[in-house]
Amino acid sequence: MHKSFGSNTDWVACLLMWGIGSVILGIFSLVVGDVVWHGLAGVSWEFLSTAPRDAGRAGGIIPILISTGLLLSICLVVAIPIGLGAAIFLAECTSEHHAFGRVVRISLDVLTAVPSIVFGLFGYAFFSHMLGMGFSLVSGGLTLACMVLPILIRATEEGFRTVPNEYRLGAAALGLSRMTTLMTLLLPAAMPGLMVGVILGTGRAMAETAALIYTSGYVDRMPESLMDSGRALSLHIFDLSMNVPGGNANAYASAVVLIGLLLVMNTLASWVAGHWLKRRMFWA
Amino acid sequence: MILLPNITLSPSRVDQLLVWILQGLAAFAGILVLLIVGFLMLEAFPAVRQIGFLSFFSDASWHPVEGFYNVMAMVWGSLLAMLGAVLLATPLGICSAVFCHFYAPTWFVEPYRKLIELLAGIPSVVYGLWGLVVLVPLIGQLHPPGPSLLAGISILTIMILPTIALMADASLAKVPSVYLRGAIALGLSRWTTIRCIIIPAATSGLSTGIILGIGRAIGETMAMLMVCGNVVQVPTNLFDPMRTLTANIALEMAYAVEDHRAALFFTGFLLLGVVIVMVLAVDYIKQRHTYA
Repeated sequence: MHKSFGSNTDWVACLLMWGIGSVILGIFSLVVGDVVWHGLAGVSWEFLSTAPRDAGRAGGIIPILISTGLLLSICLVVAIPIGLGAAIFLAECTSEHHAFGRVVRISLDVLTAVPSIVFGLFGYAFFSHMLGMGFSLVSGGLTLACMVLPILIRATEEGFRTVPNEYRLGAAALGLSRMTTLMTLLLPAAMPGLMVGVILGTGRAMAETAALIYTSGYVDRMPESLMDSGRALSLHIFDLSMNVPGGNANAYASAVVLIGLLLVMNTLASWVAGHWLKRRMFWA
Repeated sequence: MILLPNITLSPSRVDQLLVWILQGLAAFAGILVLLIVGFLMLEAFPAVRQIGFLSFFSDASWHPVEGFYNVMAMVWGSLLAMLGAVLLATPLGICSAVFCHFYAPTWFVEPYRKLIELLAGIPSVVYGLWGLVVLVPLIGQLHPPGPSLLAGISILTIMILPTIALMADASLAKVPSVYLRGAIALGLSRWTTIRCIIIPAATSGLSTGIILGIGRAIGETMAMLMVCGNVVQVPTNLFDPMRTLTANIALEMAYAVEDHRAALFFTGFLLLGVVIVMVLAVDYIKQRHTYA
């Protein structure tokens, strides 16, 4: 880059940029630092492995972790097949400018941007009421599945697009059927994309609160079946800080657990994206 | 896969089936939006019929129990919080991206970017928790009561800043390097290059980022619910408590019945409408940019 400073404005701009950069860093270290500082003290094996007592003021979060896990599993079990199929279709079976593909893409864009409380309303009206699932893990998981679908499809489609075209040409030259091409060549090669999508989607689903209040409910007991209501980790943080006086300490501790889990997800996603995709490039 | 529009190689049944299934799944993913729109409309319809569309904007106040359904106070609440946050976060976000590309030392860029990415993924409820426990009491000391428009704007700014910064970062990266080399050859200073060449060239990406930020700010629920005070009123100054549309749904859905419930679905439908308009705007910007 050019190192010359032509005028005073340049100096001012440089100072300003450094200033803003450090202010942003400062604000965020303040927020994250505060949460981690206050919360880390509360995280222990006991906290992770016992049930909440006294409306969550004391005790741990094990039923909440289990509920969160179940919600995520339902969400992924439903979203992965649909997302994978849609992504394969968008990447492999339709051209960039074909009307059908374009309409699907735009509606996925809309779906990405729909506010989570609107997903909550939809899940409440459709899954909980109309399909009669009530406040249950299934209802919440299905609502989450609708939310992560666009993320999953985007990342998986990207995975298929990075598969070199030679694979397809080679398969066509060998006279392989589409099914065989897909199963033995494209799918394994596009796997990292799907992985990234799943990890990112899980992250989004795990961070979600508003969509779950009226679908999976508030109950902080250990869920006995999938039709039981169960409280997600993010909802637990919300409830402790808003509705339970004196619940802040455990809210902070739960927030640290949540941030920790998200950090793991994030690192995994970038590792998969960087490592696997790069390695495949060398093979190709 | 290699696809032939006019199938002359007579593909096997399995292949035909495969394409149909895939198309079906894609169609399902696309129809989901229609399903959501349809459902909200279905649930909101009784409200529009019974209460009347105009009553939402002309009733005396928002007192659903007594049959008053004016949503304007909440619309203003959402709008003011969003405007404040976007006005603050846009320059900060763009400067953050510029800092990342042109000022920060090379070793610093990658960790800085990673950090912003991480921040974009932090759940809104965590920001809300911080706002509730740290920021609101702080504002309360400055000027009671504490939960206020100002708290809402601050938290929203912190939340949409990473979104805008990441989009701005990506769009600056897409500016052709020829532009930069041209600027260097002309002997332009760094600031002039950024102000007169880089930023104008990246406008489409920057505006996409801002629109995404607006969408996120309008749709944010939990953090707003936690720090804004949730009083139904048009805030007259920064320290007044207020309620956003999203928080209103989250608060009242628990006990709403009949018309009241339908009215909440109607506000959800309004939010969805705003978001759809924004997505179409982004699509339009992208299209125009690609074909220009």
